[in-house]
Amino acid sequence: MAEKNVQKSLKRNEDPRLLVGKTTFIDDIDLPGMLHVAIKRSDYSHGRIVKLDVEEARKLPGVVAIYTAEDLGDYWRPGPLQVPPPTAIKGSVFHARPLECIAKNKVRFSGEPVAVVVAESRYIAEDALDHIILDVETLDYVGDLEKAIEPGAALIHEDLDSNLAADVVQEVGSWEKAVAEADLVVKRRLEVNRVAGGAMENRGFVAQWDENLQVLNCWATTQGPIPMRNSIANYLGLMENQVRLMNPAIGGGFGPKIMSSQIDDVVIPWIAIKLKRPVKWFEDRRENFLGTTSERDQVHYAEIALKKDGTILGVKDVMYHNTGAYNPYGMTVPLNTQTHTVSNYRVPNFFTEIKMVFTNQMVVTPVRGAGRSQGVFVMERLLDAAAKELGMDVVEIRRKNILSPEEFPLRTGVIGQDFVEGVLDNGNYPAALEKTVETIGYEKFKSEIQPKLRAEGKNVGIGICMFTEGTAVGPYEGAKVMVGVTGKVTVFTAYSNQGQGHYTTFAQVAADQLGVNVKDINVVIGDTGQWQWGVGAFASRGMTLVGTAIHNASLKVRQKALGLASKVLNTPEDELEMQDGVVRVADMPEKFVTLGELAQRSNPTRGTVEEGMEPGLEAASYYGPPHGATGYGCLGMIISVDAETAKPKIERLVMTDDCGTPVNPMIVDGQLHGGLQMGIGEAFYENLVYDDYGQLLSASFMDYLFPQASDMPDKFEINHMVTPSPLNPLGIKGVGEAGVIATPACFMQALEDALNIKGMEIVESSISPSKLYHYMEKAKSA
Amino acid sequence: MKPAPFDYYAPTTVAEAVEKLAELGYAGKVLAGGQSLIPAMNFRMARPGALVDLGKIKELAYIKPQADGSVAIGTMTRDTAVEEDEFIRKNFPIVAETVSYIAHKQIRNRGSFGGAIAHADPAAQIPALAVLLDAKLKVLSTDGERWEDAVDFIIGPFMTTLEPQELLAEVVIPPLPANCGCSYQQVSRQKGGYAQAAAIAKVVMDGDKVKDAQVVLFSVGETPIRTEQPNKVLAGMVPSTELIESVAEYVGANECDPGTDLHGTEEYRRNLVKVLVRRALLDAIERAKK
Repeated sequence: MAEKNVQKSLKRNEDPRLLVGKTTFIDDIDLPGMLHVAIKRSDYSHGRIVKLDVEEARKLPGVVAIYTAEDLGDYWRPGPLQVPPPTAIKGSVFHARPLECIAKNKVRFSGEPVAVVVAESRYIAEDALDHIILDVETLDYVGDLEKAIEPGAALIHEDLDSNLAADVVQEVGSWEKAVAEADLVVKRRLEVNRVAGGAMENRGFVAQWDENLQVLNCWATTQGPIPMRNSIANYLGLMENQVRLMNPAIGGGFGPKIMSSQIDDVVIPWIAIKLKRPVKWFEDRRENFLGTTSERDQVHYAEIALKKDGTILGVKDVMYHNTGAYNPYGMTVPLNTQTHTVSNYRVPNFFTEIKMVFTNQMVVTPVRGAGRSQGVFVMERLLDAAAKELGMDVVEIRRKNILSPEEFPLRTGVIGQDFVEGVLDNGNYPAALEKTVETIGYEKFKSEIQPKLRAEGKNVGIGICMFTEGTAVGPYEGAKVMVGVTGKVTVFTAYSNQGQGHYTTFAQVAADQLGVNVKDINVVIGDTGQWQWGVGAFASRGMTLVGTAIHNASLKVRQKALGLASKVLNTPEDELEMQDGVVRVADMPEKFVTLGELAQRSNPTRGTVEEGMEPGLEAASYYGPPHGATGYGCLGMIISVDAETAKPKIERLVMTDDCGTPVNPMIVDGQLHGGLQMGIGEAFYENLVYDDYGQLLSASFMDYLFPQASDMPDKFEINHMVTPSPLNPLGIKGVGEAGVIATPACFMQALEDALNIKGMEIVESSISPSKLYHYMEKAKSA
Repeated sequence: MKPAPFDYYAPTTVAEAVEKLAELGYAGKVLAGGQSLIPAMNFRMARPGALVDLGKIKELAYIKPQADGSVAIGTMTRDTAVEEDEFIRKNFPIVAETVSYIAHKQIRNRGSFGGAIAHADPAAQIPALAVLLDAKLKVLSTDGERWEDAVDFIIGPFMTTLEPQELLAEVVIPPLPANCGCSYQQVSRQKGGYAQAAAIAKVVMDGDKVKDAQVVLFSVGETPIRTEQPNKVLAGMVPSTELIESVAEYVGANECDPGTDLHGTEEYRRNLVKVLVRRALLDAIERAKK
């Protein structure tokens, strides 16, 4: 048997090209005669457009055209909902208000596009923005999630009775019953802050219309090439295959790049066709803050009912979820919050309600973590509060309630983002907890180290938090695997790669079935001209869904190759083996035929073939799971705090993670490191802040603090556990979001433990030294 | 984030530069290292009609020890050159130490010592350092040269006495006295980020007693703030912990003007000033004794 590639930390196929700058990002696309776009965005957060005068701007030399909603004529229409409403959940209310590509009559958030300038250069296009006059009759800004749905609040969508965008209740068991039987009910109001995706590369779009061939070539930084292509074709009334969308390399996604049917993919292709010249738009960083979707921002009224011994009887959570000015992405984020609130624990009675609220802010769509972080934050903080009230140790209360391996597969009774009831597939949650507790030395820290440090006047604390990571949801992905006459292999997908390493990991999966070198496998990603089917990179699903499709397609190709070789070598299939790019007789290695020759033979150019013959050493396959696969893990942190300046420092960070079979453990580590860094950013640095008029105050890296390498702990101590998922043949689960999920909860727990001030409890997911200082002062003076 | 249109000149001599500035008048703006001006232009917060780039004027980049022990630093000397200069590290260690806190290495490779003073960002390190160390500034124009003390030169946030036709050409830092210790203390949200509060102290000791105690604050007011209380209370005294604490307390409450911003409240930042002044004085005294 050939040596396997899966589960090996192979170096990435794509890195040599990336490291020397020899790849094509969207902003590298430079076409003859290309025009450049700058977007005029509203400075007002809420109001009626009284005047939009672009005449002066049109006169500027080098300006080719300017378009407002009015100029788009019949082409203007609000985009489709990208994610359908949660009709699977009984009694759910959802008011669909998809994005408008360009604001018409009314602006609903500061940064909403009102006009598109097309010019000979981006410089000129930006100059023209200064000459556009926008007058708005302002309306009250709606930004407070709770006040937004009170009577009398200004209406963002005036055809609705209130700013309530959706209301979804799910209940398992009976919360009432839990309260009746409980010794203790702990209630907290918890806030989760708002963060940006913050990809290194901003969003961009290039369109080129080929008048002769009647084909539209597009390049976009999208995480979902096929849905975006379909949306473009649908808008323009073209056949899907008349639109070719490409993105060979993307500089990070983290969620917001999944959005389509926005100004870029709706309006830019239309302009390119109208002007018959290629058109490019590329966001700058300020525009990314103002005009690209972001996430989190919830307020939770959470309760937990317990027995005196710490046994959880029930949890109730009513959340206010900010969807921004529109809700094009359905309820993915808050549904993720619902499914992740009970996370790793046995909760017999669970009541959860989403009140999705329209505000005059940027639209909320998933950012790495995508609702999961909020649910886990709520549960972990509730457990910490309950532990305090019961006088229990934080680890002990978790041990008491954690799910055991025998309980899987466990139906949760809660419908999730994939519109089916959640099922926790498998895992060993207690082992993950104990492994983290052991690695970080929890018992010794609490009993020996911390008392000693406290005696020296040092503030050092420890935190231990669990999480689950719902991953790999449907509906489906597909791939085609083809052996060429050189014996090298191409794997075709129209998936999207933002740096996850798919050029390597997808090849590793195919290599194992085909017996070829990973370096001899060319993975096609992000080209709808080469592969037509798929959904997109979200919910940590690429490796599981595309990987499984590649695995299954490779198996088919393997079968085909063995069948052909059996005839060529005149040997039964079960006596053949595939290795080093050849099919050979197992015990007569000199008797072989190369895969290249088989590929050649599979495509005869003269003669006759058997009936039903399918040419080419190739096969396609599709994979859609019945429900998602659930990863999980446990985080441990030791944090010291300079109590005078309220500056914390992470002294140690331990993570135990189980994502099923790690296809490339090195890449899994990279995902965990990146996620942890983002989680630390969320907990301590990053914050999208709007002022009282709905202006985004943190709209550059001067004010939006992005975590730097120098802000990180010296190392991330990672423990891997491997419990293969029963849902797919390779046993894969996703891992893209694991690092980020429990970080804020764990950070706050460790901070509280470090400062050890009676009554000081952090009830928000983001803290700055200044905020911490005030928490300390308030608790001290209480 | 593209700048508004502007004209660009790159003279190769000081004489050419001052002539160009005289010709341009209020439309002209000197481009030194560009680490502050260029981002401001890209945000279109600054819209100069013309830039006079000093980058090609070799005669403006130097570090020259003077006979009296002072050091003359040419305005275009890059921060990194100052930070790594042997003479400065030996004779003015606080200068190298302070410069090392400016942003990140890549920015210090471009940012210029004189440019930072002329820009007069209230959150910048070098203007505060120039005030603390009583730096003298040489200003050139077609009318000739004039000299001004750094403390008088900076008159407000991003405001100096520099006229449009003038060029800050040289910074002279007088020698540090014997038994002198300095200390730089700051709290910033991130390494390389803007300080939420910062203090630089310079203490001269006479045996067990303080002879002179100067503390300059920055990032907590419209300009670098030369505080008065430290010297008022400590001069001639044996600096006890209690005394220093009382000075720090006073400075935090009365000698700074930090506002509330996205990253911190006024109350928190006053607390930081208190903590940093104490730490800077204690550290400077410790160093002065060595």
